Amino acid sequence: MAKDVTLKINNISVTVPEGTTILDAARKAHIVIPTLCYLKDVSCVGSCRMCVVEATGARGLVAACVYPVAEGMEVRTNTQKCRESRKMTLELLLSKHKKKCLSCERNHNCELQKLSLGYGVDEDRFKGEDFVLPIDDSAPYVVRDNDKCINCMRCVSACRKQHVNAIGPIGRGFNVHIGSAFDMPLAESVCVGCGQCIVACPVGALSERSTIDEVWKAFADPTKKVVFFTAPSIRATLGEAFDMPIGTNVEGKMVAAIRRLGQCEVFNMDVTADLTIMEEASELINRIKTGKTMPMFTSCCPAWVKFIEQSYPEFIPNLSSCKSPQQMFGALLKTYWCEKHHIRPEDLFTVSVIPCTAKKYECHRPEMEGEVNAAITTRELARMIKTAGIEFTKLPDEEFDNPFSIATGGATIFGATGGVMEAALRTAAHMLDGSFEVLDFFAVRGSNPIKEATYLVAGHTLRVAIASGLENAVKLLEQIKSGEKKYDFVEIMACPGGCVNGGGQPTLSDSVRNDAELKDTRAKVLYVSDGHNDFRRSSNSPVMDMLYEDYFIFPNSHKAHEVLHTTYKKDKRI
Amino acid sequence: MKECKGACGTPEQAAKLKAVIEESRSVPGCLMHILQEAQAIYGYLPMPVQKTIAEGLNISLSEVYGVATFYSQFSLKPKGKYRVSVCLGTACYVKGSDKILEKVEEELGIKCGDSTDDGLFSLDSCRCVGACGLAPVMMVNEDVHGRLKPEMVKGILDGYRRNEQ
Repeated sequence: MAKDVTLKINNISVTVPEGTTILDAARKAHIVIPTLCYLKDVSCVGSCRMCVVEATGARGLVAACVYPVAEGMEVRTNTQKCRESRKMTLELLLSKHKKKCLSCERNHNCELQKLSLGYGVDEDRFKGEDFVLPIDDSAPYVVRDNDKCINCMRCVSACRKQHVNAIGPIGRGFNVHIGSAFDMPLAESVCVGCGQCIVACPVGALSERSTIDEVWKAFADPTKKVVFFTAPSIRATLGEAFDMPIGTNVEGKMVAAIRRLGQCEVFNMDVTADLTIMEEASELINRIKTGKTMPMFTSCCPAWVKFIEQSYPEFIPNLSSCKSPQQMFGALLKTYWCEKHHIRPEDLFTVSVIPCTAKKYECHRPEMEGEVNAAITTRELARMIKTAGIEFTKLPDEEFDNPFSIATGGATIFGATGGVMEAALRTAAHMLDGSFEVLDFFAVRGSNPIKEATYLVAGHTLRVAIASGLENAVKLLEQIKSGEKKYDFVEIMACPGGCVNGGGQPTLSDSVRNDAELKDTRAKVLYVSDGHNDFRRSSNSPVMDMLYEDYFIFPNSHKAHEVLHTTYKKDKRI
Repeated sequence: MKECKGACGTPEQAAKLKAVIEESRSVPGCLMHILQEAQAIYGYLPMPVQKTIAEGLNISLSEVYGVATFYSQFSLKPKGKYRVSVCLGTACYVKGSDKILEKVEEELGIKCGDSTDDGLFSLDSCRCVGACGLAPVMMVNEDVHGRLKPEMVKGILDGYRRNEQ
């Protein structure tokens, strides 16, 4: 164990383990040191020079985010020298920043803006050479406006952490900009669309390609019937966009708000999470019994699927053939629901609300085009609610529309890492052994990057593994490839912590992210909801009974395959 | 720059590059060395060459490209038969070498860092060739041309053009 050191920060005595940075020690003393390039768990490069402080024993100002504390050190974080240096840094950054703040989607939620205000900068103090870089909107998942970029490298770090490495710094000196190799459009690069770069960006340089206008247009079109369905994790995060505490369940207000956007049905996407489990658990049992291509990988995360297709195509047969809940819902609406209500599928405008930017790409995959007409992120929904003048926090709680309102707790926890696995285990174990009543699989819960467990069900040993964050997925893949590890079922979510921490979730500033346990606090909402649900196993859902009785007959039936399953293709990229 | 047109090199060049990668891949920080060798083999670093290096070292193409664009010693474009290099070092600069560079750009119809379409000339700037007494200086391959005036540029370039006829 590291020994403790005691130091003084602004005359306040703090004791922290040896090796702690000044930034972390200051946080312990409740002193906030401003940062731009630093982001907990993601980026720590000490390049922006915003966090400079005076420390005894150091020559000049030091970067608090990387400078380790020492016994007896005296640190000053708020001297004239520090303030002047930070102000100058900001003014230099602003000299080449496209200051289109009024219409910027990060207005009021921009770290550069917040600091500029705090330090009273003159944004035009330095007149830099105008440097106009093209906007890259080649991909639906990430749009890059490099004229707003401050080269903090947080997106690059996030991408490296994801083991994707689609982007990096290009060039040198004043010409440095962030982009894909050979400045190729992002859509042609190895990017998987997870959007972790967007939530890491301190300014408005990165965003999803918005489809809000298409949704407003559909609302205004009398020939269109609009249907919304919301992913499990939206209820756990949407409140943050309205300054509600992290970890507030806003399911009722979310439904009420969407209803007030325009004439539409509001459905619960958890229903097709249940449907995914019915299909996936049956597929798993089938694979176990036939011994066909093990382990089976979950396929509900489109960034993960894209990653496999591009970087590990040899594992394509291991992916479950099940569509993701988003695509299952779109397909279900355009077939079953349209048939039932005598609506032409082309007159139905389906809108998914998702925590994810890769889902914007998924709904345009040629195998599934047209099932989901618009996929909007949590951020986009929040923007629509604000535009519509809805006072979100004062809304009453309302319920989803029938027949797709009731879903199980197993479906709700899809939004957190380990959730799909737990939901699948609940149903698969019960399918294998009708007397198997266990509903809580604690070993697969929590935001640990890699989790493993073994269960014995009806004479079958089920070895399972869960990874979130592609960095950890790669570790698992390599172990499986080398034969070091053997599993039967593997759940992967591309984003660290799963969908609750998805690339489409509300962007929280570094000061919040550096302090909060974002992933766990958001995930807790889903597990609490699961615990309160009367139905916890997907196979017990009355909606599943209805769907299989009415339409699909049984899981993995011909009809189910036609509507609910899909295919993948190799798309090797370097 | 997109994929280079047609074959990007000879099988001999590919074999040489492969050997360089094999030989150095286990050495930490070998990317710089491999890029230098690759540039020596091919004369420049086109996309297929960078992809081979990325795959060989199991690193991303964006990382290779980042390094290749950071150092001015690396070129993403094929160099001309005659590599023109105008010195912008202090002595040459105060003697007006920026005007020389401008004139060469005008004469060749390309910007600094580019090559002519016929592959004859490429143009770069450099910092001090150690001939400050002759400032302003430009080099064409190994030839040093000193005490330049803008009006001398055309004649010098024409000399090389004549070699080709």
